[in-house]
Amino acid sequence: MAKWIVGLCFAVWAVSAFAGEAAPAASDPVLEARMMRISSELRCLVCQNQTIADSHAGLAVDLRQQVREMLQKGQSEQQILDYMTARYGDFVLYRPPFKATTALLWVGPGVMVVAGLVILFVVLRRRSRMPQDQFDPDAPEAAQDPHLT
Amino acid sequence: MKSLRFLVPLAIFLGLVVFLGAGLKLDPKEVPSPLIGKPAPAFALTRLDNVGQTIRREDLLGKVWMLNVWASWCVACREEHPLLVEFARKKLLPVYGLNYKDERSAGLRWLANFGNPYDASLFDQDGRVGIDWGVYGVPETFIIDREGVIRFKQIGPITPDVIRTQIEPLVRKLNG
Repeated sequence: MAKWIVGLCFAVWAVSAFAGEAAPAASDPVLEARMMRISSELRCLVCQNQTIADSHAGLAVDLRQQVREMLQKGQSEQQILDYMTARYGDFVLYRPPFKATTALLWVGPGVMVVAGLVILFVVLRRRSRMPQDQFDPDAPEAAQDPHLT
Repeated sequence: MKSLRFLVPLAIFLGLVVFLGAGLKLDPKEVPSPLIGKPAPAFALTRLDNVGQTIRREDLLGKVWMLNVWASWCVACREEHPLLVEFARKKLLPVYGLNYKDERSAGLRWLANFGNPYDASLFDQDGRVGIDWGVYGVPETFIIDREGVIRFKQIGPITPDVIRTQIEPLVRKLNG
């Protein structure tokens, strides 16, 4: 009996959850797809490592609705991104624009890779010019190791 | 020169400590608002305690005022509340509330229970005005100058330290 009631509760919950999620999508799938694509470019500020498309936070739901309404009014994707940036700053964009304050963010990884390659190159070249006796002979030592024989 | 080479790892380590230490102090939840120095977004909302009376942005031009975003469901607002009540008693500037995504009855009950520091609370049921103001972490506090420009924003509860070192000096400057 108890099992049966639990099962019923789950069934009701599943149906209601499905109805809640699916209602807007059914109205206009094309619009909904555009809304989700734009939303996936926007960071949810309440849960910072999720996009507005992924998040279930109240604000994310509201902002998805905002995007939906702006699309219905015929506004472009750029207009919507500008609207969000005006309110929450560049931080809402998962791909922030390249400018003075974000230059380090964009250029940093490349600079570090180049610096690493330069250091590697210098060290290797210096080593290749060292005379042989600067290096420890390693092969005989390995042979003498009792654990390896 | 060669004798000091053993210090290189130590120097690198200290550099890392400085960077990581600074990183620990930063709060990633505090996103600088692009609205600072910009005109406050327009709004026209009814008073929480009076459905018939609408308050607009234009009504508040000409005075320095504070907007505190709160909700009855917001736990941090309750922590902040005694401090806000105490601050409002000083009558430094008019304090308006933005009752964000709340129910009228719940909001009014909350004020009745914990005290009402607000000259008036604006009722933003669907959170639209909140979005225009870039609200994402209730409570938030704004200071708006005579020309209707946002001069200050605090994300999360205000603290005695913030009131003393930032809000009070700014209000004195704007009113002075």
